[in-house]
Amino acid sequence: MHESTLANGLTVLVQEVHTAPLASVWCWYKVGSRDEGPGVTGVSHWVEHMNFKGTTNIPRDQVKGIIEQFGGSWNGYTWIDQTTYLETATADALERMLFIEAERMASCLYEPADCESERTVIISELQGGDNDPEQRLDTEMTATAFKAHPYRHPTIGWLGDLKTMTREDLYGHYRRFYVPNNATLVVVGDVDTADVLTRVQAAFGGIAPGTPARRTTTTEPPQEAERRVHLRKPGTTAYWRAAYHAPRFADPDFFPLLVLDAILTGASGLNIWSGGSVPTPQRSARLYRTIVNAGLASSIGGFLAPTAEPFLYAISATVAHGQTLAAVETAVLEQCALVARDGVTVAELARVRAQLRARFVFDGGSVTDLAHQLGYFATIGRWQDWGEVNGRLDAVTLDQVNAVAAAYLTVDNRTLGIFEPTVGADGEAR
Amino acid sequence: MALAPVRRVLPNGLTIIAARNRLIPAVSLAIGVNAGASADPDGATGSAALTARVLDKGTARYGADAIADELDGRGASLSVGAGRQQIVVSATCLVDDLAAVLPVACDVARAPSFPEAEVTTRRAELLTAIREAADDPGSVAVDALNAALYPHGHPQGRPVRGYAADVEALTRAHLQAFHRRAFAPSAATVVIVGDLDADGLVDAVSAQVGDWTGPATAPAALPASPATTERRLVVRAMPDKSQADVAYGFVGLSRLDDDYYPALVMNNALGQYALGGRLGDSIRERQGMAYYVFSSLDAGLVAGPLMVRAGVAAENVQRTIDSIDAELRSVLTGGFTRAEVDDTKKYLIGSLPRQLETNGGIAGFLLSAEMFGLGIDHDARLPERIARVTHEDVARVTRRLLDPARAVVVVAGPWTGPSA
Repeated sequence: MHESTLANGLTVLVQEVHTAPLASVWCWYKVGSRDEGPGVTGVSHWVEHMNFKGTTNIPRDQVKGIIEQFGGSWNGYTWIDQTTYLETATADALERMLFIEAERMASCLYEPADCESERTVIISELQGGDNDPEQRLDTEMTATAFKAHPYRHPTIGWLGDLKTMTREDLYGHYRRFYVPNNATLVVVGDVDTADVLTRVQAAFGGIAPGTPARRTTTTEPPQEAERRVHLRKPGTTAYWRAAYHAPRFADPDFFPLLVLDAILTGASGLNIWSGGSVPTPQRSARLYRTIVNAGLASSIGGFLAPTAEPFLYAISATVAHGQTLAAVETAVLEQCALVARDGVTVAELARVRAQLRARFVFDGGSVTDLAHQLGYFATIGRWQDWGEVNGRLDAVTLDQVNAVAAAYLTVDNRTLGIFEPTVGADGEAR
Repeated sequence: MALAPVRRVLPNGLTIIAARNRLIPAVSLAIGVNAGASADPDGATGSAALTARVLDKGTARYGADAIADELDGRGASLSVGAGRQQIVVSATCLVDDLAAVLPVACDVARAPSFPEAEVTTRRAELLTAIREAADDPGSVAVDALNAALYPHGHPQGRPVRGYAADVEALTRAHLQAFHRRAFAPSAATVVIVGDLDADGLVDAVSAQVGDWTGPATAPAALPASPATTERRLVVRAMPDKSQADVAYGFVGLSRLDDDYYPALVMNNALGQYALGGRLGDSIRERQGMAYYVFSSLDAGLVAGPLMVRAGVAAENVQRTIDSIDAELRSVLTGGFTRAEVDDTKKYLIGSLPRQLETNGGIAGFLLSAEMFGLGIDHDARLPERIARVTHEDVARVTRRLLDPARAVVVVAGPWTGPSA
């Protein structure tokens, strides 16, 4: 791993991996939906869309094809803490990939007509998500679990803001956050480090540093009472979910809670981009055994993501055909109370430690995934965090897991949500 | 950089294919049998899907708890998936754990015990999945399109997950019968990829499956795909949904058709290249109507569907259908440009190293190549197979497949039909 910083503040991470003739380039920005206030929720994500629409030196109609000529794929995503862009292609595309990212950082156009055209694309993205009852429930619950912290609004934004935001809102946000000293460029693959650094200097060295906007934030006040969301909509299937306030990645409690989640729902790893492309091993997990094998739910999952500030730990269940929300809720909460009271066993700790160690290998199963992990952790903490996950995992003790179970899985710390399908107009449960 | 896999056919008819990949100290395994939902008996749709769900829940040698102990203590992942023409048992583990995981994965394919209680539990899971799909406009639209393109009980017209009424009646005996028919060594291929010597991997698999016996089975011949002759509109009203899903399609072609590679290029240029090809340029980029619009070509052992998909607001449904019609008419009459065809070919050839980077990606590629008899060196020959496609080939396959006058158009969502 090589790390350097250009004079303009751009952090550059390069890792040589020569197993396939590929290179993956990711450019990460410390800006996400938590940096948005009232009236402009969703602006970070919309800006991400606009940053694929042509630059001073890449005309709008030539955006497509640059990476495709090298058989490459490109994409981007926005979440609560970060926005990122990637290209993965044969390694001979390196120069073009760097050129695209340098253009994206400094020279996007924001043509007013393109902003308008993208408004309806994003509203379509939001409405497609609304077709999914679980996503609706997640949105409602996150907004309920947080009173004050900007993690409360969905990354895509509220519909009202998407209808009223202006081109100037978008362009202003872009100019405030897209400066080299707020970015991390990651290159992983069949490359030569010295050659990469020369090319990076040539592509990015001329971009002037800026003053990245201060990230306004607040401390979420401790939750004082259980909160509930009861969504009643037409549908066919009932969904149950619990969300507990959780520690941020840097907190000493994070890994004990990651272990606890693996004991309850199976180890999911730490790659929120691909999940390591391997299904979660759940057969021995407590909630899988007591809820899914018992026939109460058709699926159960846990979600604990590494984040810069304290976010949520969520447990989700799909109520099995013929079962009830009440039965699922009773059984899951019983298990949560049990583990909070009696703790976990040495055997469970040993098992999920092995699971998580394997997951961390799968999490880096391609040059794209490796580059993702380095950049992701650079954005929420330090890139070195990714290399230290095994050490932090190994240091977790039984007492620590028991302590986080007792501290976090409490009544007052939780928001419970249910999606209860109502009967449709035709008399059928839909 | 060719994969140069090792391939060995055992005396019992089972094929083993192994390749080395050094990226991470892990191994991916795929055991495929050439029978999927297309082999579901009439009146017992969902047989393959439920067989897959119960297959890894206990075997003669390993009860469910033993499987859990062997796998979960090592962070290994084992899953079973059913498609139209295959069931695949997939496993991923660290190199060091292969010796423990391989016997379990092989036994799951060979000797599942289908415990009665597991059949009951997983049947309820499958029924839940069927009900969830019935609430999802995308699934509803695709199911309705398949049903319209492949009527009269054609296997391609039925959902892989099956119909609820059929699944409710599935018993342990159905699954045992399906397993007996589908899982014979002569119908099975084991692909294994990871950071171990390929010959050693073949030996390790051979030790687990060499004594597997079973009748030599040939997959049942599938009925020929029907040809659609007239335009149809099918509406599945889902008034409470936020937006509609459009599925616009045709009967396509088989993977073994002489026109397959021209069709692959045509489909990419139409609805894949960059962000949705020509369709993406029109419907997403120029008109801002959809977050997703793309086309897909499902070329199986029989001619599967060629499909255009888009998710749009109700007020844009008609304009979307009109735009798809316009793009198809445009390529029918004017054809794709030479640049479009060349760019797409270059992309498809250049994307192979990405497709063949990961253990899972390589395993899937090799399993598919074996299923369709494309040759053990398919990865080395594929660039030439794509490069040979000419502009005229693409024009011919466009005329053959993309006639809007023969399209079936399905809309599922808050849209009730064209306004008068």
